[in-house]
Amino acid sequence: MNELLQQLINGLALGSILALIALGYTMVYGILRFINFAHGDIFMLGAFAGFYLAPRIATVLPLPSVAGALAVLVISMAVCATLGVLIERLAYRPLRKRPKLTVLITAIGVSLFLEYTGQFVFGAAPKKFPEILPGFAVMHLGHLSFNSNQIVVISVTLLLLLALRFIVLKTRIGMAMRAVSFNPEAAALMGVNPDVIISFTFALGSALAAAAGILWAINYPSIDPLMGILPGLKAFVAAVLGGIGNLPGAALGGIIIGVTETLVSGYLSSTYRDAIAFAILILILLVKPSGLLGKKEVEKV
Amino acid sequence: MNMLRPPLIFAASLAAAVIFAGCNRPASAPGAGGDAIKIGEFASLTGSEATFGQSSHKGTQLAIDELNARGGLLGKKIQLLTEDNQSQAGQSATVVRKLISSDGVVAILGEVASSRSLEAAPICQENKIPMISPSSTNPKVTATGDYIFRVCFIDPFQGTVMANFARQTLKLQNIAVLTDVKSDYSLGLAKFFKAGFVAGGGRLAVEQNYSGGDKDFNAQLTSIKAANPDGIFVPGYYTEVGLIVLQAKQLGLNVPIFGGDGWESSSLVPIGGAALEGDYFSTHFSPEDASPAVQNFVRQYRQKFNEAPDAMAALGYDSAMMLADAINKTGSTDAAKVRAALAAEKGFPGVTGNITMDADRNASKPAVILTITNGAFKYVETVSP
Repeated sequence: MNELLQQLINGLALGSILALIALGYTMVYGILRFINFAHGDIFMLGAFAGFYLAPRIATVLPLPSVAGALAVLVISMAVCATLGVLIERLAYRPLRKRPKLTVLITAIGVSLFLEYTGQFVFGAAPKKFPEILPGFAVMHLGHLSFNSNQIVVISVTLLLLLALRFIVLKTRIGMAMRAVSFNPEAAALMGVNPDVIISFTFALGSALAAAAGILWAINYPSIDPLMGILPGLKAFVAAVLGGIGNLPGAALGGIIIGVTETLVSGYLSSTYRDAIAFAILILILLVKPSGLLGKKEVEKV
Repeated sequence: MNMLRPPLIFAASLAAAVIFAGCNRPASAPGAGGDAIKIGEFASLTGSEATFGQSSHKGTQLAIDELNARGGLLGKKIQLLTEDNQSQAGQSATVVRKLISSDGVVAILGEVASSRSLEAAPICQENKIPMISPSSTNPKVTATGDYIFRVCFIDPFQGTVMANFARQTLKLQNIAVLTDVKSDYSLGLAKFFKAGFVAGGGRLAVEQNYSGGDKDFNAQLTSIKAANPDGIFVPGYYTEVGLIVLQAKQLGLNVPIFGGDGWESSSLVPIGGAALEGDYFSTHFSPEDASPAVQNFVRQYRQKFNEAPDAMAALGYDSAMMLADAINKTGSTDAAKVRAALAAEKGFPGVTGNITMDADRNASKPAVILTITNGAFKYVETVSP
């Protein structure tokens, strides 16, 4: 029983990070109806931004410290938000009126571009991510042990989720996002500039990916330019599982994938881990093709 | 395709030309091919096991430079052609084919990882080009054929050494094994360790596995913790080992963790940090060895690369030196004769110990056990076969 609870905590921490990445996939899909396959690589760039920023921030703020870690997190998020906007502006916007498949292939191209430019610029060997959080501690509760990183990951994810929910539901720009998602032409007629909204969506999604990158690197302090591929793929599965285009769905999907993987690795064998995660995806899509929380969409002709 | 934009295409091909030119290794002087002996090397110079490839390559390069300074081989200079397989599956076969068919090398040196040596071995065997793996310890590598050799010991020996060490020196009774199921090296080493440990009267508490490239091992380690072992054997490579050891300590698993030569890398301690203190691994060589041959090698290596050599560097050095020895004895670069000379090597004085080729073209030689103290590798003991 204790072991099971412990595994659930492990799975929750892993799933939280996947959830943050999945949110970016799902937001872009909600607005543009397209999968940004370069999203996993923005996650990687977030970790590397933190890696290169930490020594510079250490000259201003003490590191490791909570304030320093927060600065690394926020600046990396800003860097990746800018990169996300830039990628959309340069690679996707010129193709917006082209068939969806063209943009999709371009996204794969952007993803490969980022991965291999990363290998060229950062080097292919894994790098040690610096310690930015102070006092790693293991807390015991009966036979359960939480470590401080797991608590940080879960709480930062929760905070960012709430912040995102606030932006989307309670602010003017959030309302505009929902309007563009619902019907871009009608939104444009009402005076919403879709270009601004799309740029904002990419900025928001990329910032969340960067946050996930930093949290990942705090937990697993070995980073390399190809580190985004697998988490990116799994987060994509999580987004589809939860119902792509649906924000709570993406978060739920991330948690389900994280917990499933952990339980399969812990109780069966890590060999079957991905197979079972994908089998669950197939099963859910068979029963509910729009995903767990997705709404049925009526194809307009 | 739209052909109306020649400047773009021109620019693209120019860019491609520049990029590919940048990738070329420095070309030898024209005509040098005729009076140089070409030796091919394939190594993981970049990617997840980059420090292995880098060390091994530096050791090999040191040997070649030393031989050339002494006048080369058979009156000719030696030219080392090195190809990078980026630590990726599938690349070794490609680069080794290229070395053999387009560069015309007389022998191949490589690789550290058994999986990648196993890719290259059938190609060398088919083309009847002698291949020496410096540090692939999986038995299957040399079983490929009579042209494949190695200068390191093999996993049955390494696995047994660690099993005995765990049973007799550490007095462990109840052990957990965490294996990388994607690696031939890890699977082989785990198999022989388990057999040795159980034969020595120990008990296997739990077996878990992971796939190379994983970052999260909390699930496996939580299961291991529940089985309450008094030690964990992790026959993996340093990239994952660092994270495994770190996460084990974070889960409160305070038992000794130990493994094989896949741990030995300058990148292990930066990742694993203090969590590695007091853990053990077996390897081929210790720079602390006081013998003059080793100390001379360590000095030369430090002079050239400004760092201490590790086992991969020492084995890279030995692989090149043993090949040179065989070519010298043969008096030619004829592949069949070099092969025969390699197979007959007996007591070759390498820096990793005296190397004798057994009937299966494996080196029979001692192993060294190291521990991690204050972030540095420290010599514990030498175990002879």
